[in-house]
Amino acid sequence: MKILVTVKEVAEAADDFELPDGALDIDERYLEYDLNEWDEYGVEEGVQIAEENEDTEVVSVTIGPERSEETIRMALAKGVDRAIRIWDDALEDVAFLDVEARARILAAVVAEEDPDLVLTGVQANDDGFGATGIALADRIDFEWAAVVNHLDLDVEGGLAHVHRELEGGVEELTDVELPAVLSIQTGINEPRYASLRGIRQAQSKEIVPYELADLDLDADVTDSPLSLTSMYEPETESSATVFEGSPEEEADQLGELLGEMGVVEG
Amino acid sequence: MTVLAISEHRRGELRDVSFELLTAGREVADALDTDLHVAVIGGDVAEHAEELNHEGVDVIHTVPAGEEFNHGVYTQVIDSLATDLDPRVLLMPNSVNGLDYAPAVANGLSLPLVTDVIGFDASDAVSATREMYASKVETTIEIDADRFCMTIRPNEWAKAEGAGDAEIREHEIEIDESRVRSTVTGFEEVGGGDVDISDADVLVSVGRGIEEEENIELIEELADALGATLSSSRPIVDAGWLPKNRQVGQSGKVVTPDVYLAIGISGAVQHVAGMKGADTIIAINTDPNAPIYDLADYGIVDDLFEVVPELTAQFS
Ligand SMILES: Cc1cc2nc3c(=O)[nH]c(=O)nc-3n(C[C@H](O)[C@H](O)[C@H](O)COP(=O)(O)OP(=O)(O)OC[C@H]3O[C@@H](n4cnc5c(N)ncnc54)[C@H](O)[C@@H]3O)c2cc1C
Ligand SMILES: Nc1ncnc2c1ncn2[C@@H]1O[C@H](COP(=O)(O)O)[C@@H](O)[C@H]1O
Repeated sequence: MKILVTVKEVAEAADDFELPDGALDIDERYLEYDLNEWDEYGVEEGVQIAEENEDTEVVSVTIGPERSEETIRMALAKGVDRAIRIWDDALEDVAFLDVEARARILAAVVAEEDPDLVLTGVQANDDGFGATGIALADRIDFEWAAVVNHLDLDVEGGLAHVHRELEGGVEELTDVELPAVLSIQTGINEPRYASLRGIRQAQSKEIVPYELADLDLDADVTDSPLSLTSMYEPETESSATVFEGSPEEEADQLGELLGEMGVVEG
Repeated sequence: MTVLAISEHRRGELRDVSFELLTAGREVADALDTDLHVAVIGGDVAEHAEELNHEGVDVIHTVPAGEEFNHGVYTQVIDSLATDLDPRVLLMPNSVNGLDYAPAVANGLSLPLVTDVIGFDASDAVSATREMYASKVETTIEIDADRFCMTIRPNEWAKAEGAGDAEIREHEIEIDESRVRSTVTGFEEVGGGDVDISDADVLVSVGRGIEEEENIELIEELADALGATLSSSRPIVDAGWLPKNRQVGQSGKVVTPDVYLAIGISGAVQHVAGMKGADTIIAINTDPNAPIYDLADYGIVDDLFEVVPELTAQFS
């Protein structure tokens, strides 16, 4: 069996970031990169399935610049067998890679790798479309399930028994035919820490770089009717009274408020 | 030319987002100078059509298609309706089920998709507003297409209210069962147990800012000193530091206490969905730009590890 896990390096904005007028992205110096939280759970799920099923290979794939290799290597250190990284000058130039373009590129990797199961995250924590996995599924004609927080694989029966986490503390129990794309929700497992041995082993594992042409894709795969035309800090709707001073003074004022509100006698 | 909005129901009831879709749909239809159509797929379609018949809706399409949501059925029905009506905009909810079919619908119809939309404008170019970087920035996405799909963020538009006089059109759409490749076998309620945080008058809620499991004690001591109940954001539950029944938010509990004290919680939209109804919201967060401050009535922009012990000390 082969499992493809899509992973993305995502950026988080520092508390004190600044966004000048006209800028279309936050400057790199205010960004910190990490593996997308949801993909951590996807990686763990893939690795656990491989541990429980013989002859199972876990391959991770990312569309990302060279910088992301360090992050991708963390997935290798946790037990992913090998990795694919797609990057291209044509990608370097796009400010906004829409869901369709991502799905097209990932579909080309699926055509190449022929996996039985694809695991994606529910959403990427930076641009958060929450859509890449299911768009991919439809494109490659796999069955799918979104927001999966429990997975029980019946390889022989060709089924994935999943729980989909709906709103309001309700889970939907669904049987999904394989091959399938599942978008993985946080909490489905406990992502492991990479062991020292794993980190060492990861150094010798392969991260295959692909350009679009290697996947028989043209640069126009990134063409989109959607474009990001502005980015700005939202006007603050805050009407909060902020207590100021030393931590002690701040706590005193809040304590007084709680007392006045009758939260505690005091 | 129409805007076609797809309503959402579960276990016999229309979900709130269905009524928000009517408001958003009317706004989009007005901006594009077109009609608003709404579709009810599956469930008690006649009853739901009546409930959705609000001011601003021009036509309601009903399609009987089983009791509950199934994406294999939804994609086929929407495909068929869209072929029939040729909508300018397909509007869907950015709910868990919306995420389960909207990307497939867009892909199937070869239409661009903008998800989690919080605003729409067509006065100049057609564009949608959405957030990025954990709600720290907003972006404008220009849509240069004659037809497109959007999913709208729940709780962002008001629910439609006034009575309407929409035309109701009944459809029978044949489903190709061989293309329905997943089966819903049941539902399960989670997060039960001894504590019901939705009963509490005062909630002291802890988020990822707490960093380590052993630090939770710090927040527990404050809750005890205040005689309050301890709750949390999702990562704390995901990590197994607190049980599921303590989780506030979209997939946890909806709470409406008198006082909600959010400590080290950023205020992500899925968290806010569970606590925005609290009377008084107080935030302790080092990041003055954290979205929780958009809701907070009071705040302390400082390190929780310094503030919380001081606060606890006052009441012990
Ligand atoms: C389908 C779906 C459903 C979801 N359902 C839920 C749900 O039900 N409930 C929920 O909560 N989330 C839910 N989420 C997750 C949600 O998107 C966020 O990831 C989550 O709410 C973030 O939790 P947090 O605020 O604790 O962590 P973060 O967003 O990481 O925020 C931590 C905050 O702590 C602050 N901080 C750090 N250190 C300190 C310090 N020393 N002192 C003070 N402040 C500090 C930081 O400034 C930051 O604002 C869901 C997501 C999805 C996709
Ligand atoms: N650039 C990318 N490279 C690889 N996987 C991606 C990329 N973007 C998104 N994904 C996958 O799709 C999931 C959902 O992302 P999104 O639809 O952008 O919210 C992520 O958790 C990843 O698993």
